Amino acid sequence: MRKIEIIGLILFLVGMSVFTILPFSSQYRLSEEQLRSSVKDIHRDQLAELMQPMYGQTYTSTHSFLTAYSSYFKPYNDELKAKQAWDQVIWDDYGFVLAKAAMDGPSKTNPWASLGLSIGLIVLGGIMFNLGGNGASHESLTHTGVFHSSLKNKGLLGLLTGSYLILFYVILYWFPAYLAPLVWMVEPISQFLSGGPASQWFLYGLVYTLAIGVMGVRMLLKYRGNRYQQLRTASLIFFQTAFAFIIPEVLVLLNKPYFDFKNIWPLDYDFFYDYQLDTFISSGGLGLFMLVWGILLIVIGVPVFTYFYGKRWYCSWVCGCGGLAETVGDEFRHLSDKSIKAWQWERWMIHGVLALAVVMTALTLVNYFTSFSLLGQVTNQLHSMYGFAIGSAFAGVVGTGFYPLLGNRVWCRFGCPLAAYLGLVQRFKSRFRITTNGGQCISCGNCSTHCEMGIDVRAYAQQGQNIVRSSCVGCGVCASVCPRGVLKLENGPEEDRIHEFPILIGNDSIKLRA
Amino acid sequence: MGSRHFVIIGNGISGITFARHLRKGDDQARITVISGESPYFFSRTALMYVYMGQMKWEHTQPYEPHFWKKNRIDLLQDWVKTLDFETKILGFASGETLTYDVLVLATGSKPAFFGWPGQDLKGVQGLYTKQDLETMEAATSKPIQRAVIVGGGLIGIEMAEMLTYKKIPVTFLVRENRFWEQVLPEQEAELVQKHISAYSIDLRLQTELKEILADEQGNVRAVITTAGEEIPCEFLGIATGVTPNVDFLKSTTLAVGKGVKVNSYFESSVPDVYAIGDCAEFEQPPGPGRRTLEQVWYTGRMHGETLAHNFCNKPVSYQPGVWFNSAKFFAIEYQTYGIVRPDAVAGVPCFYWEHHLGKVSFRMEMDEAGKIAGVINLGFRLRHEFFDRAIREKWSGQQVIQRLEEGVFDPEFYAPYHLEIQNAFQDQFGVPISTSKQSFLQKIFGARL
Repeated sequence: MRKIEIIGLILFLVGMSVFTILPFSSQYRLSEEQLRSSVKDIHRDQLAELMQPMYGQTYTSTHSFLTAYSSYFKPYNDELKAKQAWDQVIWDDYGFVLAKAAMDGPSKTNPWASLGLSIGLIVLGGIMFNLGGNGASHESLTHTGVFHSSLKNKGLLGLLTGSYLILFYVILYWFPAYLAPLVWMVEPISQFLSGGPASQWFLYGLVYTLAIGVMGVRMLLKYRGNRYQQLRTASLIFFQTAFAFIIPEVLVLLNKPYFDFKNIWPLDYDFFYDYQLDTFISSGGLGLFMLVWGILLIVIGVPVFTYFYGKRWYCSWVCGCGGLAETVGDEFRHLSDKSIKAWQWERWMIHGVLALAVVMTALTLVNYFTSFSLLGQVTNQLHSMYGFAIGSAFAGVVGTGFYPLLGNRVWCRFGCPLAAYLGLVQRFKSRFRITTNGGQCISCGNCSTHCEMGIDVRAYAQQGQNIVRSSCVGCGVCASVCPRGVLKLENGPEEDRIHEFPILIGNDSIKLRA
Repeated sequence: MGSRHFVIIGNGISGITFARHLRKGDDQARITVISGESPYFFSRTALMYVYMGQMKWEHTQPYEPHFWKKNRIDLLQDWVKTLDFETKILGFASGETLTYDVLVLATGSKPAFFGWPGQDLKGVQGLYTKQDLETMEAATSKPIQRAVIVGGGLIGIEMAEMLTYKKIPVTFLVRENRFWEQVLPEQEAELVQKHISAYSIDLRLQTELKEILADEQGNVRAVITTAGEEIPCEFLGIATGVTPNVDFLKSTTLAVGKGVKVNSYFESSVPDVYAIGDCAEFEQPPGPGRRTLEQVWYTGRMHGETLAHNFCNKPVSYQPGVWFNSAKFFAIEYQTYGIVRPDAVAGVPCFYWEHHLGKVSFRMEMDEAGKIAGVINLGFRLRHEFFDRAIREKWSGQQVIQRLEEGVFDPEFYAPYHLEIQNAFQDQFGVPISTSKQSFLQKIFGARL
């Protein structure tokens, strides 16, 4: 087993190296035809003329290509802005599509080989590593060692991993042209699934799904005696693979709108954006179904399911962010901040983001139904600000990039507006709670330490109080890590669900509140 | 009540529970908690998890440092060296003194050593204090060939698990015929023994420690057993029980037996001096089947709660309810509710069921009339509230088994062991039990038996 683990690690590292080096292994040579087929009709002639000096030139790096592109494009656009010729200004960023069109390199000529040597080796090595490592370890050691690990306890490896992830997200969101060589190697898969070219988002979706799958295997092995964890992990893998990745691509193949049927507003913050609504309305019966389905999830799905099962039905069984957090992020769960101060921040921040999303969406809808007469372009600016600050910086860079530094649920805990909505229902109108087993708690603190949401579970357990917290995603790890069988996730009657004055069983002398 | 100065020696679960509840009931009292061991209250039960990298030291502290200031509980890190019950003045190792109005002794236990030759050598230790954890970490920071553990109880098996985490081979010496003989019946003990042998623990039953041998540097090098065998080792864990930590009180006028002698109001022989937790020794057992020394976590907590109540309200005598306890042997959890005697008594009906994979078991002892006396469960979880009620209300064994599903505390989708238990009970006692129905989801997705 140890051998499989080591070979797996080596393959994984080789794959990561190839994945990291590939973006530096390409050159760029732009032709007019490539340009014309990559940009929108309205910009075609202007750009074709502007980029004339680049045609036929060979650029040996993404950077030099982009620099040249900017040197022709930016002065032109800036001049239009200076003249306030707003209708002529080009707002689109063509850096990525042009880089992709102009690129030439191994990932384009041999996409399958490149894919196999990078992502393929990462997946293979990852699975071998997980099989070897977790398959061999004893059940009783399931949670041990995390604070002795450089990777898992903010040591050098943790910092390096965090930095790599952060860098990846920054490039993905704001400098995607650098990923063009990696996108080319997934081009055949994209063509197969959706019939269209691959974008950086397709690459990201594929990597994301594979990451959940590979690390999901690890969860299944780690929790081989725990059916709740296994079912939950299988569910997360299924929803990510089918609902978030494959179905939307196939919809595109069928000439239907790209749609993730399990994504719910306000996490899916652009659901009510004007162009989305237009797409739904103009896509026939299926489009209308998507619109109605999305609204039903918000007004009926969330309250009803959360009433019966707590927010876990979504956050730790269905959600894609949850899927990554519970698989890739599992070994960072103990890094969450348990202090009361963090809890105070959490409540302000997450409800603040919810309020922001609601206000933004309300303005958008008012604007939409008044044919943009009321607020004009204000909503567009709001959208781009929200997309930048919340959608990209918070959810992506901080939410995932900071796994090895702040734990795996930073976004879910501090930022996700849907989690806030689910949490309000869970706190005030739900049958879900974590019950504590009479007087058995010994205050050891394993539950609090391993709570990814930073809930001080012990504070409740040691006084025999049910845990009814809006943030609890019901991952069930507190119950699993408890050495005395104290915690149990339960759905039950609302009566007596919240104990104001709990009584610990065992002391007949007095009955007092803990 | 006024603003008396309550001084508590010991910041463990009993002392701290007392301080917290006193503050809740008495806003005026001045409260000082003294501990030389650690500045803040921590959970002693979590020492092993710090060693195994499952927790960090700060995670063992149930309250953040600002808690103490907010609740006006003064913490003093020092060792008490002298006590003057006449002048009510304590003297500390640092040379400082402190005057009390009410003194609460909550000094806990210490590992029991039995005068083995060589027991003071380096690398020989118990596991009770923060300092014990630190010395154990230091002693095993470099790879060692073998460790020996003496004592077949809870701390012994914890130490074995800790050393296993570091991949240190362990020889486990148990004086009795089986593991934890004072508590576990034979079948349960065997189940646990089989389980730990899967972790390559070299378990030696009916084997005692006779002598400890030193190397030139004064470190432990080997032990000799009563059978005369020499077992080389570089670490020796002593886990032969704990004894009240009261040595520093023995030269005073306070009545001290094994622990500080107290009545059922925790009053010692000296006015205004009380003792709670592990260090208190009751003159009479506090309840049927209870011992005069109560040395588990929750009894310490209950002592603290009750004494604090007595300072704020009309005093009541200490009355523990139905006995319960829990532990974990490597991956196997143990719980017990009520009283189950470790050795079968003729004429007393006792039901035992064990899962075919040998990691889950359930035992229920009944009285002659078939009423539940107590249960022991291994490898699955039972609900305290259910069994507390069943035992208190003297349910028949049949009724308990009939309603067992309500008493299961396992996570959702776990294997429905209660179904097998119901069938087995029916077979063994020939009484009709209608087995519980499983939900549709449980049937499809639940773990199999």
